[in-house]
Amino acid sequence: MIELRGIHKAFGANKVLRGVDLTVPKGKSMVIIGGSGTGKSVTLKCVLGLVKPDAGEILVNGQDVTKADRDAFLASFGMLFQGGALFDSLSVWQNVAFRLLRGSQKRPKDEARAIAIEKLRRVGLKSSVADLFPAELSGGMQKRVGLARAIAADPDIIFFDEPTTGLDPIMAGVINELIREIVVEMGATAMTITHDMSSVRAIADDVAMLHDGVIKWSGPVSRLDNSGDPYLDQFIHGRAEGPIEAVR
Amino acid sequence: MLIDTVAGIGRSTLRLLAEIGRATLFFLRALAAMFSPPFYFREFGHALLTIGYFSLPVVGMTAVFTGAALAIQVYAGGSRFQAESVVPSIVAIGMTRELGPVLGGLMVAARVTSSIAAEIGTMKVTEQLDALVTLSTNPMRYLTAPRVLAATITMPVLVGLGDIIGIFGGYLVGTERLGFNRAAYLKNTVDFLETWDVTSGMIKGAVFGCLIALVGCYYGMHSNRGAQGVGRATKTAVVMASVFILASNYILTELFFTG
Repeated sequence: MIELRGIHKAFGANKVLRGVDLTVPKGKSMVIIGGSGTGKSVTLKCVLGLVKPDAGEILVNGQDVTKADRDAFLASFGMLFQGGALFDSLSVWQNVAFRLLRGSQKRPKDEARAIAIEKLRRVGLKSSVADLFPAELSGGMQKRVGLARAIAADPDIIFFDEPTTGLDPIMAGVINELIREIVVEMGATAMTITHDMSSVRAIADDVAMLHDGVIKWSGPVSRLDNSGDPYLDQFIHGRAEGPIEAVR
Repeated sequence: MLIDTVAGIGRSTLRLLAEIGRATLFFLRALAAMFSPPFYFREFGHALLTIGYFSLPVVGMTAVFTGAALAIQVYAGGSRFQAESVVPSIVAIGMTRELGPVLGGLMVAARVTSSIAAEIGTMKVTEQLDALVTLSTNPMRYLTAPRVLAATITMPVLVGLGDIIGIFGGYLVGTERLGFNRAAYLKNTVDFLETWDVTSGMIKGAVFGCLIALVGCYYGMHSNRGAQGVGRATKTAVVMASVFILASNYILTELFFTG
């Protein structure tokens, strides 16, 4: 379970998070939605320790993330980055098996490669891509490799940062389906940030909407269309008119 | 008006102090990462190759032409007071103490600092540094430590080779163009050259190597978003590395050869 309590974060005079409270139950898939620049990525990075919150508390399975053993803590995480964030200098299989080739989860090279190829197969890629380099892959394939890397060490918690950005609708659908299948299959707790509503409906058990640095609404995905919340309604229907100020 | 000026100076001073503080902390963290596990031997080997081996042509070309030009200059200058015979010893001392390490350092800075800053800067803007952290890998240990260590080790070797090539450049011009006897030129070079001339240059090389990689890593990791941010980081890294090389060269020369 992931709990965020009163998270504040400012960058200079720009107060991005102003008291985020959010609970993601174990084994559930939470999707955080919100406009660009509302602090979705910052929220995710706070949980991962990539950004230090100014105030508040983040608990993962009851443990304060700032006090937990960092290596053990990160070992239970997998993350799919918006642009894939694959390492250019490493081949596809070395990217996927990165965690398995070094550190506390290190294992023999042959075994790591076999696991990488199995994970690539799981995301719909053939073993022939294993020895290619990221620059030789299309955007959709890079996302799949990023997904394979995120699940390579069978993490308990997986984060997805804008998983369908930059993909055509068909490829976006494929990635959404894969994410849903993998999360269910692994029984992992998932946290996704996106403003793609088709992703929300495909991936989420629960949805939270971030606006003005706080969670404006949260609830199960089934209540998304009849929440009665004017902010959420405006956002999911993509209306220019409403309480969320649209810059023209 | 006066208050605005004072406030501007104050802001600039604070920014400068903050930058110095950040750079010092970065240097200390890099040092700690170099001498504590885990060690990434593959990355270290790769850095040895890219920083050391692949810099050899540029260092060699710089050295041979510098040695050749130095021989002509010393000959021309020395002829004013009938001291042309000092060409071999001045070329050797000039190359080993000053020109070999400084020009070699500047050329390696242009080649390596820019490459490191651009590579790490691009990794930062494409979230690869964040990805490293989420994969339980400390970027200081994985990226900075191998590069700094490799540059510190390979620069003295490059300087040593540059010295030999530079002296050879002077020898070629001296014997083929200025009419020196080959055996006498070599004898003069060897007789007047002391071990400390060579080792002091190599120590300078180690310091320059450390600075070259550290500055590249620092500006890469503190690069701003976008292509412009990476471009600015790369340019600043090369300029700062060059300035640091020249400034530290002066300090080391003071330490080694005065008092």
